Amino acid sequence: MMTAPKIDIDSFWLPKATSTLAGQVDSAWNIVLYTCIVFFLLLMVPTGYFLMKYRRKKEGEVTSAIDHSTTIEVVWTTIPLGVLVVLFFVGLTPWVSAKVAPAGALEINVTAKKWNWSFQYPDGTVSAGKLIVPKGKPVKLTLSSVDVIHSFYVPEFRIKQDAVPGLYTSLWFEATEIKDLTVLCTEYCGNADPCPKDESIPCGHSDMLATVSVLDETKFKEWLETGGEDKSTPPAERGKALFASWGCATCHSLDGSKATGPTMKGLFGRKEELADGSTVSVDENYLRESILVPTAKQVKGFPLVMPTFQGQLKPSQVDALIAFLKEQK
Amino acid sequence: MAQGVAVPGTHEDHPSPKAKNYINAEAGVWSWLTTVDHKRIGLMYLVSTLIAFALGGFFAILVRLELLTPKKTFMSGHMYNQAFTLHGAIMVFLFIIPSVPGALGNFLLPIMVGAKDVAFPKLNLMSLYLYWIGALFTLSSLVLGGLETGWTFYVPYSSTTGGAVIAVTFGVFVMGFSSILTGLNFVVTIHKLRAPGMGWFRLPLFLWATYATSLVQILATPVLAITLLLLLFEKAFQIGIFDPKLGGDPVLFQHFFWFYSHPAVYIMILPGFGIASELIAVHAHRKVFGYRAIAFSSVAIALIGFLVWGHHMFVSGQSELASTIFSALTFLVAVPTGIKMFNWISTLWRSSIAWTTPMAYAAAFLFLFAIGGLTGLFCGMLGTDMHIHDTYFVVAHFHYVMMGGTVVAFVGGLHHWWPKMTGKMYSDKLGKLSALLLFVGFNATFFPQFILGSRGMPRRYYNYLDQFQPLHQFSTVGSWIIGLAFLVALYNLLDSLKNGADAPDNPWGGLSLEWQTATPPPTENFPVTPRVTHGPYDYSDDRNATGASDS
Repeated sequence: MMTAPKIDIDSFWLPKATSTLAGQVDSAWNIVLYTCIVFFLLLMVPTGYFLMKYRRKKEGEVTSAIDHSTTIEVVWTTIPLGVLVVLFFVGLTPWVSAKVAPAGALEINVTAKKWNWSFQYPDGTVSAGKLIVPKGKPVKLTLSSVDVIHSFYVPEFRIKQDAVPGLYTSLWFEATEIKDLTVLCTEYCGNADPCPKDESIPCGHSDMLATVSVLDETKFKEWLETGGEDKSTPPAERGKALFASWGCATCHSLDGSKATGPTMKGLFGRKEELADGSTVSVDENYLRESILVPTAKQVKGFPLVMPTFQGQLKPSQVDALIAFLKEQK
Repeated sequence: MAQGVAVPGTHEDHPSPKAKNYINAEAGVWSWLTTVDHKRIGLMYLVSTLIAFALGGFFAILVRLELLTPKKTFMSGHMYNQAFTLHGAIMVFLFIIPSVPGALGNFLLPIMVGAKDVAFPKLNLMSLYLYWIGALFTLSSLVLGGLETGWTFYVPYSSTTGGAVIAVTFGVFVMGFSSILTGLNFVVTIHKLRAPGMGWFRLPLFLWATYATSLVQILATPVLAITLLLLLFEKAFQIGIFDPKLGGDPVLFQHFFWFYSHPAVYIMILPGFGIASELIAVHAHRKVFGYRAIAFSSVAIALIGFLVWGHHMFVSGQSELASTIFSALTFLVAVPTGIKMFNWISTLWRSSIAWTTPMAYAAAFLFLFAIGGLTGLFCGMLGTDMHIHDTYFVVAHFHYVMMGGTVVAFVGGLHHWWPKMTGKMYSDKLGKLSALLLFVGFNATFFPQFILGSRGMPRRYYNYLDQFQPLHQFSTVGSWIIGLAFLVALYNLLDSLKNGADAPDNPWGGLSLEWQTATPPPTENFPVTPRVTHGPYDYSDDRNATGASDS
């Protein structure tokens, strides 16, 4: 299971509210909660009282013949109806806010696939598994999925939207606090069987987590300018993180076991036999080409299912991945 | 004294040595397999659906056990997905949809209207066979093919996993026909075979609920068949309908699915409402308050129920306008549902409540269904649904409705009509103990799930964040109490068959027709067609005032 930040719980029922929308949702929540408690008592107090008071003391008791009362029936039809109409509008208000993103929101494309999330910024920066956003600025997410239906849920923001293959959906939020939050997938999307040995690799629906990191605006700008990369860590280590966050491990093992794609163990320098009968010696150029144009040289015995990462990984990220792969002896 | 005034001598507390009845009328397995007697068919439905319930319950216990720890407890994620799929699919399609109409409906409906049998007895037997065939087909493909799509079969997940999606849907389709035929039979029987004097407003409320259910079964179930055909066409001819890879629309599948499955929710709950009305009126010996309101609200719920399927899809990507309209319509369902609650409670007012086992279940039903119904408001409101959709809050909500409502009413009804069906009395003490255990265990299991959900715990999660463990553990322990409650009830009922005292014809002082005939009833239900002179709950009329003890 991937590590995820704890969800801060603020009250008996709800997580901490850390978006502008969350406050609105919580107002609606409290209204319906207290309405329900009142109605529950209205129903259950008489029930309990009648159940005790009208216990049968002896056989043959005469019971009431009153079998209806138009007045009371009109009352308990119209009053609840009125309450329900009000509740509908109470629920509608935060929904309308949630559905209409303010003009000028920062637009980020979210791509869901089994079982990870990646986030693409307007300048082309792509961040896998981690959504970095500025505090106090509206952010609009446009969701899509490359395989099955997923759903993007941040409890502390009170937002949720399905990511559907073949359809763009969207949602927006404005974070009000600098902190790390958990993103959960809330549309069931299956499990791998068996799971990869490395437990940090997501293996199914319940591992499809991500983190939202809310930064202050200057830090966010800095992050975006450096392309979202921390240049101080060695390339191989960054490559390792990329290998996990981009979901490479779903198809490529590191321990020599066979999976959907060839294993990465001992890959560098290996002679690979290709589907067309020729062979190729694995070097930096071959690795780079295979990441960006997977269809160019198909290894014999494996299906041609790898998606292209052209335009998604930056050159420095491809370098980092290659550095990591070279270490898999 | 009562409805069947033309049936003298059937109202005795100590029946004479066993007369011919529907159970001992013929012997041998073959006589059961070829019977057209609605009571025997009802009994076979009862046994079959209870086996399905036990199986579904077994998977529920496994699911809860796995959730004892945040990571792997004892099964793999892949197995966990199969376990919750099996739990859901079996409970919905093999148990809760066929159970009340198939078992109690079949047994009671003809007797309650004063008929010898349903309108089409052979069709009735055929519907049982269709249920068996569909159930076996579904179960075997579940076991052989392995299904891990959840009971909702959402595409494209279901079309991209191997599994036995088509085979299982086919099994469900066959069971759907069984459901349609039963519904058809009931509608015709109620329209055409009522005994002389049995006007529509003298029907027991259980029949009004069954009638409304039957309408939904007839009208909604064909959509399931259409959905299956479309799935088959897509698979066989690569026509893009639901699969985006072929140009189809996965959200369209959800529309089709819920267009059937939401009305199916009312197929599941309406019979429970009907049973609750009977339990409350008969064990409180009181004329039902608002008979017509309860009767018409069943029909209203059935009809409005067709227009609200989109409330399962507020965050699915359907248009905002559609979601808004579906939310508004959803609130309308709450009105007739509220009316029922108010009337049931008013029926307790100035009544004479016997604290029998069925009454204990009815009291549990009122409490649990109140919570189930009210928490539906959180789900129907657009803004709050956005937060709790697909979380444990929804899981808790529908278990309070389906299990706290329908299953509790069903088990209560089973205890209510058990003496009539089997001719034996069970231990009332053990019966009440099972009701109490179920009530405690149920709340312990499902109340924490409301809190889990509103705090952000999604559904169908094999691994979960460590912070949710205490509530999950609480819930798991609760599930063991539920298991114990059902074992106690099962033991009590089975034991009564062997050691129970012979049941009188009318142990509770009921006024509807099933209590006016012998226990167990003869094959033809009544020696002479009964003539109905008053309503099923006219306890306050002088001649009926005393119920069981008068004659």
